[in-house]
Amino acid sequence: MKPWIERQRHLIDFTAQSLARRKGKSLGLLVVYTLLVFVLASVALYTHALRNEATRVLAGTPEIVLQRLIAGRHDLVPPGYIEKIGRIRGVQKIEGRLWGYYYDSVLKANYTFMVATDREIAPGEIVVGPALERTRELSAGNGVSFRAYTGELHTFIVAEVLAHESELVSADLVLMNAADFRRFFAYPAGHHTDIALWVANPLEVRNVGVKLLDALPDSRPILREEVLRTYASIFDWREGMMLALLSAAILAFGIFAWEKAAGLSAEEKREIGILKAIGWETGDVIAMKFWEGFLVSLLAFLVGYVAAYVHVFHFEFALFAPVLKGWAVLYPSFALTPQIDGLQVATLFVFTVLPYTAATLVPIWRAATTDPDTVMRS
Amino acid sequence: MLELANIRKVFNQGQHNEYWALKGIDLDIPPARVSVLKGPSGSGKTTLLTILGCLARPTEGRVRLNGEDISGLPERFLTEIRRRTFGFIFQQFNLIRGLSAIENIILPGYPGGTPRAQLLARAETLLADLQLAHRRDAKVEWLSGGEQQRVAICRALLNDPQILVADEPTANLDSKLSTEFLAILRRLAEAGRTVILTSHDPLVVESEVVDRVYSLRDGQLVEVVDTRRAWP
Repeated sequence: MKPWIERQRHLIDFTAQSLARRKGKSLGLLVVYTLLVFVLASVALYTHALRNEATRVLAGTPEIVLQRLIAGRHDLVPPGYIEKIGRIRGVQKIEGRLWGYYYDSVLKANYTFMVATDREIAPGEIVVGPALERTRELSAGNGVSFRAYTGELHTFIVAEVLAHESELVSADLVLMNAADFRRFFAYPAGHHTDIALWVANPLEVRNVGVKLLDALPDSRPILREEVLRTYASIFDWREGMMLALLSAAILAFGIFAWEKAAGLSAEEKREIGILKAIGWETGDVIAMKFWEGFLVSLLAFLVGYVAAYVHVFHFEFALFAPVLKGWAVLYPSFALTPQIDGLQVATLFVFTVLPYTAATLVPIWRAATTDPDTVMRS
Repeated sequence: MLELANIRKVFNQGQHNEYWALKGIDLDIPPARVSVLKGPSGSGKTTLLTILGCLARPTEGRVRLNGEDISGLPERFLTEIRRRTFGFIFQQFNLIRGLSAIENIILPGYPGGTPRAQLLARAETLLADLQLAHRRDAKVEWLSGGEQQRVAICRALLNDPQILVADEPTANLDSKLSTEFLAILRRLAEAGRTVILTSHDPLVVESEVVDRVYSLRDGQLVEVVDTRRAWP
């Protein structure tokens, strides 16, 4: 065992010296591979963190949201629906919600206007999301006017700006009290946008949904798990789009790296001949080249992954963020909670380190199996 | 020590350019002597040397090392024998550029898994023997031709081989360096090593260091002359 370890140490020593002797080629390869890992790891880390962030934020939302449908479209919930639901076993709380969209022609952006149920907001006051704070330069105490769809101008005082931690879902939010909301949108009295239901036992959520459908056939219960699934598929789709866009670049990098790794220079072939002539076995030469491929790609993997981590969690994914996170004019700005998924790291490792290491072995096999006497004739 | 029986070697067999480099060689290399294979270009001396040094296999015939037939061994075993028994000095020295003298010298010790410290100690002893200790850490491309050859000799001796094989070792040396090289060979032979050279340099062939000269022509052994010492 010990001679085997010593031999591997010798081979690694020799490989490190070889890489140092071919600085240009080695550095070129390292930079290309680091970039490749950096891009892939950035996208993977970001979408993973985004999914987790969405799950975390949605954890506090109601288990079921009930919408009324007319001709398959979302319509207002008329008075009496909450009473019709009555007492369904397992439902902890029922609440009629009021929310709607407002198009701000100044910024050419949509805001979500909503009545806050978890806080008291005084008449004439609003609480705004962080994106409005930035884009309209609002802060507590400022006044802001919105022209309602009726044409009337309504002025509100900003009471508070929402915390940045929740920005993923609250960037474009404007919270106000129910009376102001109804007056602003000329919302019919007693109507709600939808109904939120909280269910204590997660296993009961589907049953409650079925019971809601029985009680109110013209309604549609939306479960929280469905919302989460939708978010996940949106992020998956965006990740896929991003990777598809990058695939040409990734392919170009791959071809470049393959060519660099697979091509043996005349100098390298000569060295292999010398090593074989002085007593190295074919296996030693292949092991030496394996270490070369492994060391380059491992180093590239580590540097690329660390750079991606810093890029995603310290620089807010600045290079690719617009592609992945925006779904409105008002892009949320938020710091993600750093998270590393072991399976994801392993997948990335397998898809970057192994192909390169294998690529280095193919040409060396042919070179290493040539007869050692060729060196006598060079 | 090393016996060849009816050795034949063909290149490009079965093709239009088939060429028989060796056409039935029988010879016996004596131990602890300096033997020279001489002959004009194309006579087959380098091909014969590669077969003697286990760098290549004959197409036909037998190679015996210390009485054991090694011509049919798989490459792995042949490599092992080559590493343990033979040291090689090449015409172009074939050192690895970019590495220091001592790093080049220890290369044949890598596959055996000998600890680095032992390899370095052995290499330093060899360098001191050949008055090259001061060039230990110099990159080989910075060394003179004579120094490069001495590094190549040290490398050939690292695994303490019984047999030293050198292909046209003086081809790139002037007369003074060639004489110095022959003096080193004499010391090695006197220390019990078998030395086999190819050469057409009269300085080597006619040197008093040489014990036996094998003359080759057109792939055949035409003459064997014992030159120096009394033979048992």
